[in-house]
Amino acid sequence: MTRAVEPREVALVDLLDRVLAGGVVITGEITLSIADLDLVRISLRALIASVRVEGSEDDDRPIT
Amino acid sequence: MTEQLVTWLYAVASAATAGGTGPLEGGTGVAGEPVRVIEGTGGTGGAGEGLAAVVGSVPLKDFDDDAMHEHLQDLRWLERSARSHHQVIGEASRHGTVIPLRFGTLFHDDDGVLGMLADRKADLAAALERVAGRTEWGVKAFADPKAFLPDPSEEPAEGDGDKPGTAYLLRRRARRKEKETAHLRVTRQAEEIHAALSELAVESAEHPPQDAGLAAYEGWMILNNSYLVADDRTADFLARVSDLKRRLTGTSVELSGPWPPYSFTALPESEHEPGSPGSPGSPGSPGSEVR
Repeated sequence: MTRAVEPREVALVDLLDRVLAGGVVITGEITLSIADLDLVRISLRALIASVRVEGSEDDDRPIT
Repeated sequence: MTEQLVTWLYAVASAATAGGTGPLEGGTGVAGEPVRVIEGTGGTGGAGEGLAAVVGSVPLKDFDDDAMHEHLQDLRWLERSARSHHQVIGEASRHGTVIPLRFGTLFHDDDGVLGMLADRKADLAAALERVAGRTEWGVKAFADPKAFLPDPSEEPAEGDGDKPGTAYLLRRRARRKEKETAHLRVTRQAEEIHAALSELAVESAEHPPQDAGLAAYEGWMILNNSYLVADDRTADFLARVSDLKRRLTGTSVELSGPWPPYSFTALPESEHEPGSPGSPGSPGSPGSEVR
């Protein structure tokens, strides 16, 4: 019997390891330009870095 | 003009399992759309029969290149969508074994999905069989560098003042040696943890180490694996994890799960799949190994 997956929130990073890099890969009829996890990782890293820079350097502007 | 809808595929299950997915009614997916179950009636000679797909109809314009370009700048979008995708799969897995699809598997319409079910029926059925009665668990381990590197306060005293250059070089060499030793020790630690866990698992899969900024951890991530565990060994596996947590010093162990079998449902390559762009060499979970 398959165990039910608990509804409690899972860590986003653990989720991304599985949802973006795991799962069955079937080339659908429409290709999402998210296909490469590395690209997503790179863009996330850049995103986080930019949030940090904004947070540390910019005291005049509210951080969005 | 009406909005063009396309079919987002969440999971594949046996028709018997999906037939009991009543509670999916009312569930919503990545675009807030109602989630549906479609059964492979096998339009082409009954080939797709026995399998069902969990799907939703989503607006194409939310996922075209322009939209994705924007979405990828938006961590909140990605989080929300990944969680929705996962939630639908998790809901479906309450009713039995499912094969989760990678995020972003899209078809023009339901017929496209049904055609795929028919084409890949043997592979999908084999994957379902492989994960039936088994559950994926995630285990990560973090080493505290302080426990593996020598205490800096115990540095050997400075050499005599005659040859400061030589002393510096010696110190550097010693430091490099210490790092190598520490690296070797954490590697051994990781191997020990993996050996203890894989003993109780059917299969294991490695994930790349997580970005420290994203995962917000300190120290060194020395292990980030998934283990596929037979349900009747779950208690043993969890006890083993607790035992490692208690026993290891300088290394912390983190458990996640139960997960739908994201890391263990790679399909063999078919002639319809000329290699997947995401993972060179093999479709599905990279680093997946059969034990």
